This record gives sequence, C-alpha cells and structure tokens, in this order.
Amino acid sequence: MNAVASVIHAVDATPWVMPTLDYRLLAPVLIVLGAGVVSVLFEAFLPRGARRPAQLSLVFVSLIAALIAVINLNGVRETAGQGALAIDGPGLILQGTVVVIAILGALLMAERGLDPNGDAFAARASSLPGSEDERQFTARGYFQTEIWTFFLFAVGGMMLFPIANDLLMMFVALEVMSLPLYLLAGMARRRRLLSQEAALKYFVLGAFASAFFLYGAALLYGFSGSISFAGIASSLGSKTGETALILIAIGLVVAGLLFKIGAAPFHQWAPDVYQGAPTPLTGFMAAAVKIAAFGALLRLLYVALGGMRWDWAPMLWVISILTMFIGAILALTQSDMKRMIAYSSIAQAGFILLGVVAASAAGLAGSIFYLIAYAFTTIGVFAVISMVRDENGEATHLSKWAGLGRKSPFIATLFTIFMLALTGIPLTSGFIGKFYVFTAAYASGDKWLVIAAVLASLIAAFFYMRVVVLMFFTEPTQETATVAIPSVFTTVALAASATVTVLLGIFPQPLLDLINNAGVFIR
Amino acid sequence: MNPSNYVILSALLFGIGALGVLVRRNAIVVFMSVELMLNAANLAFVAFARMNGNLDGQVVAFFVMVVAAAEVVVGLAIIVQIFRSRRSASIDEPNLLKY
Repeated sequence: MNAVASVIHAVDATPWVMPTLDYRLLAPVLIVLGAGVVSVLFEAFLPRGARRPAQLSLVFVSLIAALIAVINLNGVRETAGQGALAIDGPGLILQGTVVVIAILGALLMAERGLDPNGDAFAARASSLPGSEDERQFTARGYFQTEIWTFFLFAVGGMMLFPIANDLLMMFVALEVMSLPLYLLAGMARRRRLLSQEAALKYFVLGAFASAFFLYGAALLYGFSGSISFAGIASSLGSKTGETALILIAIGLVVAGLLFKIGAAPFHQWAPDVYQGAPTPLTGFMAAAVKIAAFGALLRLLYVALGGMRWDWAPMLWVISILTMFIGAILALTQSDMKRMIAYSSIAQAGFILLGVVAASAAGLAGSIFYLIAYAFTTIGVFAVISMVRDENGEATHLSKWAGLGRKSPFIATLFTIFMLALTGIPLTSGFIGKFYVFTAAYASGDKWLVIAAVLASLIAAFFYMRVVVLMFFTEPTQETATVAIPSVFTTVALAASATVTVLLGIFPQPLLDLINNAGVFIR
Repeated sequence: MNPSNYVILSALLFGIGALGVLVRRNAIVVFMSVELMLNAANLAFVAFARMNGNLDGQVVAFFVMVVAAAEVVVGLAIIVQIFRSRRSASIDEPNLLKY
C-alpha cells in the first residue's frame, strides 16, 4: 500500500515508480499458491484416473519445495512486497512449521487404507446424505480430488498469516486460509449431516468474526492513517487522547483473531467443527490454524500495538484465564473423543496466551515452542483417532476406547505419550513448552496468571489421564473398537509426530536455540 | 459534507448487521447481515481514507469486495447443501452437534 501512497506523491514529484518485489523472499508462499492454481488445472483437464496421483505428487513436491525455500531464507530479516510482508525470524519459523504440519496433514488426508470405501472425504460432496446417488457413488468407489486444491490454498493462506505486516494483508490471508477450510469441514464421508452442520456453523461464525476483525481494522486505520503495522505503532506512540476509539478498535481486531485461535468466549465453534469435520482435516486444522493465527496475533500485538501493552494485557489476562478453565472443565464432561480433544485444544490455547500476555522476547519464544510442540502432538492424536474404528467408521465414543490397551498395546502406548505431552509431564514436549511459557509470564510479573494456569493444568491432567486409565485399566468389552491397520501415509505421519513429541521433550535445546536466535519481530 | 457522518452511518450499518446475525433465523438472512457488516467496514475505510488524505482505505475496500464475493460463493454452497439435505435453511434446525 506504500506503493499507492508513493504513486500519489509521484504525481507532483517524480515519475511512476515500479513497486519492487523480491521473489526470493516471496518464494515459499508463491510456490504453494502457484501449486494451488496448477491443481485447479489438473481438476479441469486430467482424466479421473490420473487425478489422484497427479494431485498427490503436486501437493508433496510443492510443500517440500516450499520448505526448502523457507530454510533457504534462514537469517533474512527484512520486509517484502513494499512492506506488506515481514520476513523475520519468528515469521519464518512459524511459516516453516506450518509447511511441515501441512505435509503431515496431507499424509493423513491421503490415507485410503482405513475406511473400506476409500479416504475420509465424501465420494461426492454434492450428493444428498442417505440418497441413492450417494450409495451408487460409494459403491463405484468414487472419491474427490478437489480436496487437494482447497488444501493447497488453505496452506498458502496459513503461510501468509504469520508474516502479514499490514491490516489488509492480514485480512486477505485470514480469508484465504479460512474459506477452503469451511468447505473441507463439510465433506466427511461418514456422518455427513454432522459434517455439513459443522461446515455451516464454522462458516457463519467465521464470517461473523472476520467482519469484526475488518471493522476493527477500519477503526485502526481511521485512527492512525496507515494500515501498515509500523505506521500504526508510530502513530499510537505520538497521538494521545481518543483512547475510547482505539480501545474499541483493538478489541474488535483482537476478537477476530481470538476466534480463529478458539479462545473463550469465542470458542463455541471449536467442539462442533472438530467433531463434525473429517478426522484427518480436523488434525491438520487444529494444528496449523492455531500456529498461523497465534503468529498473526503475536505480530499484531507486539509490533502494531506494542506501545498499548497496558491497555490490551488486562483484556487478555481475563480471556486467557477464561479459556483455560472453560476448556479444561468442559473437557471433563465430554463423552466423545474428538469433542474432548477440541475442549483440550481450547485449554491449550489459554496456556499459549500466557506467552502472548507476557509481551517479552521470552514470551514470544515460549509461545512459538509451545505451538510447535502442540501442533505435532495434535497431528498424532488425530492420526490415532482416525485408526480406532468399528463397523460404523471411527469409534469416537469414549466407551469404545475401554480396554484398547489390552487389544492394541502399541497404538494405545503412542496415544498415552500424546496424552502425557498434552498434560505437560516431563520428558515430553508439552512439559518444556509449558515450562517456558509459564516462566516467561512469571518474569513479566503475571504471577496470579501463572497460578491460575497451574490450577487449570491440574484439572486438564484429570481428563487426559482418564483416557489412559480407560485404555489400560479397564477390561475390553464387546463394544471395544479395533485399530485398523493404516497404509504407509498415516504410519509415517504418526511416527513423525510421536518422534518429535518425545525428542522435543528429551533434547529441546536445538529447537530452543533456533527460536532464540530468530530474535523478535521486525518493524 | 463532513466525512465523519459516513463513519457514524457505517457504525449504524455494522450494528444492524451484527444484530441481524444474532436474531435472524434464516441462514440466507444471517449471511446477508454478515455482508452488511463487511460493507459497513468498507464504508468506514473509504470515509477514513478521505479524512486521512491517503488512498490506503480505498484500496482496502476493493480487496474487501473481492473477498466478500469469494465468501458468497463458499457460503451459498454450504447453505444450499444444508437446504437440500434438510429441506430448510433455518440456522436453528441443524442441532446434531451439541454439548
């Protein structure tokens, strides 16, 4: 947008100046979004049989290329795209994590060995649930490859979100990330009415929240005369008075982002969408959306609104405490596994908010570590959930997990590791993450917040351990589900997430060094 | 005419839209209300662009229009699918997911 501003000045002073774009800095995002466009062409021109192999190769090749491009930018600290994007240490780490999580998510989504009818997505999303059409499509073994187009665009939006450096780019990234996810949430192969309902709720509430974000952005722009974060920060520093307007603006913008994170009181969509959406997608979404949205929230609060810390911190204290306790307490009452993990993810968002409230370099580093640890664990959790099945598909009711440890000790042990990591038991990644986030909040003087977080962790420990007890110390019944044998896709994703969860718990130092060397956000 | 009047108008439109999302029961009407909120934000952006004397706000308005159009496509697809499977576009009726 500086380009436009410079054009106005150029009219009376200098001739038109071409905006400069450094394609090396934009490469990771452009590769993924370009692959999304190619994927549309594949859908249009390839014969049906060739689409799945073509789309899968495209997805994995482009994601690995994007990961290489991100690693290639290691050490870069500058703005790109006329100041619209900030390529800096934290931004690159979050972007790289989104790509890795996307690769694991794609592995889960590509799985076809678990359901006898094919992958986890509807044979034809347009056919009516329970209709003759649907039966025919399923019997003929149809499947949809459009999911990969949506997936690539969503990943592109997620990669833009944490590096967006002005309000417009942030809004566009938010929508590019969200719109494909609304559709994917409604495309489950089984329990389709639930899935469509989840899509409707996600869409209506998501659009409502992004309207709040946009109106807040308009007020911020009106107040500061600039949509770039650096411009907003400098005008917030110089102007005084009009605090009511600026507080309303901050509240609206932050509410829009908190919705994506799933923080209370904007969390209502999360349990419904997590439960209704196809399980591989839920895993990908739970992990990657949280990374992207927390990255955006951190950048907005630290860069644009850093000078207003004493105005937004009390608001986030309340939200953080509410989120932790609502998530932890409501998870206790759940009887459905996916719904319980949804409430658990709400509680986890509350813990990560501690690092955000700390508003320090340690808080930033702690939040990033926690996000990475949480994301890998979550992918693993949903990989296991997609494998535990009975004749009606996934067996998500808790009673069907009773005695699973006796029937399938290996998978139950893996799930136990994930539960321990989410609880924050030492020697898992979750402990290191909690430790750094709590320490950062304590160092910033939020003592009572840390005490509340420890209490909420205790409550949360109860429902995580309840699953472990249910699996290992209960006799299997007739109802107990069986673990389906997955193909290589889910196996790789599960092995990778379990390895990272354990490794980050035992040797966290390399990742901590990487995060600490990344420094802070640039202006 | 004083551009700050347009900001007040945009706040009113935003409020009407938000109220519409909360009280209306038909998914299409709820969706229209969301669009009204986005357009209220557009009006605020354009009015502020005039007050601030730069073009950033007007450029944002163009992007928001494109995003809103994309949102219509996605939203109507979801609502139509819900209508076809339930014969109703009420936002209260899909209630399988709760507690």
